[in-house]
Amino acid sequence: MKTHRFAVRTAKEILRDPLTLGFGIGFPTVLLLLLSAIQANIPGKVELFEIAHLTPGVACFGLSFLTLFSALLISKDRTGAFLQRLYATPMPAHSFILGYTLPMIPIALAQTVVCYLLALILRLPFSANILLVLLAVLPNAWLYVSLGLLFGSILTDKQVGGICGALLTNLSAWLSGTWFDLNLVGSVFGAIANALPFVHAVELARALQNADFGTALPHFLWVMGYNVVITFAAVFLFLRQMKKN
Amino acid sequence: MNAIQCEHLTKQYPKVLAVNDLNLEVKEGELFALLGVNGAGKTTTVKMLSTLSAPTSGDAILLGKSILHDREEVKRLIAVSPQETAVAPNLTVFENLQLIAAAYGLAKKEALEKSEQILRRFGLDTVRTRRAGKLSGGWQRRLSLAMALIGDPKILFLDEPTLGLDVLARADLWEMIRALKGTVTTILTTHYMEEAEALCDRVGIMKEGRLLAVGTVEELKQQTGCEKLEDAFVQMIRKGAAQ
Repeated sequence: MKTHRFAVRTAKEILRDPLTLGFGIGFPTVLLLLLSAIQANIPGKVELFEIAHLTPGVACFGLSFLTLFSALLISKDRTGAFLQRLYATPMPAHSFILGYTLPMIPIALAQTVVCYLLALILRLPFSANILLVLLAVLPNAWLYVSLGLLFGSILTDKQVGGICGALLTNLSAWLSGTWFDLNLVGSVFGAIANALPFVHAVELARALQNADFGTALPHFLWVMGYNVVITFAAVFLFLRQMKKN
Repeated sequence: MNAIQCEHLTKQYPKVLAVNDLNLEVKEGELFALLGVNGAGKTTTVKMLSTLSAPTSGDAILLGKSILHDREEVKRLIAVSPQETAVAPNLTVFENLQLIAAAYGLAKKEALEKSEQILRRFGLDTVRTRRAGKLSGGWQRRLSLAMALIGDPKILFLDEPTLGLDVLARADLWEMIRALKGTVTTILTTHYMEEAEALCDRVGIMKEGRLLAVGTVEELKQQTGCEKLEDAFVQMIRKGAAQ
């Protein structure tokens, strides 16, 4: 009951914030429309902005805003004394952690569904494999949600705006291989991108969209490796700030 | 019976001794004010008593439960209304109450009944569907107090409950706080002397982590020979500084 009520609260706080619709749904939608329009006007065959190639990347990019939403809510709760009030109640630590993270999963699913519905309108060929992409949402959303818990536990809301709103979204965009082929930029850039989880999140979604499970597996494992490490760090930092409060 | 008994309660931060060997008794149902200038240790004391911060040494017993050894039991007995208006801004007034009711483990039906009672008691019925973040400062404080009381606490900590409110909103809140006397033991920290004078059974004056004096407003005035609590307070603080 405690966890459920707190999770409902998290969902309501996020969904009732215009920032969520603007960035979580609006921004990826605009990108998909814009890049599809560019693609339609490029002479010859350029694969990069083709809707089948672009959609998994844009869907993953949209998930990066989950970190911003989640971290912003947690840091505001921390700095605004709302958590202080709740820490003095008998609500256990796991209710806070699950309450902050679990509601982000259906939000991530909804973001991806909206993104793919738009892609279908923009003539993405329909395939049952699209449903598989929804599976890819889970590890990818987990990545961004655990980052949200981590940053929300250590940053102020102003810092969250800079680090999660600007830095992380840019990093996850530029290093994801969504907008350009990473190998074109150079080997160092490619190596950095491949060491981070963002490109693997996109490649996982692309592989599942093609039902290519053999290709999907190493990307899945890469993302999950990050997920485990970041989740442990996030839970540790959240509990530490809880104790400090 | 004492609701709160502080025994050599001390909080040492790396560079500051925030609370220094605090010994204090507060009776059940009493409304007790902690007065002091900024940095006196009032908020740190409230944080320790409400289990939000562990003491460096000493202990406090709240209705027979130790803040060191019975933290979870203590949490079931208390509620905190922090200095800042700690409400969930995008939730409605009703939803805020439901959230805190759930945090205290109230079942769904009980939480609904309690929320309705509290809405009526605090005159929040008219704004029950308004988002808390859109309410005026006075209404937010009223909601904050209502949220603190929905779990039926035996001990309530109010940290600067009327800070920044206008005269009317303050008078409204005073009336609500006064109504708690005798039923809920309340520790109130404030900068406003008139607030302590109007509401509290007894007052404790703190400076630099030490409790300089404890007594009723009249006793403190008599001790210092002052006619006003404010003058008594200033005199005690200056005397404390001189020592």
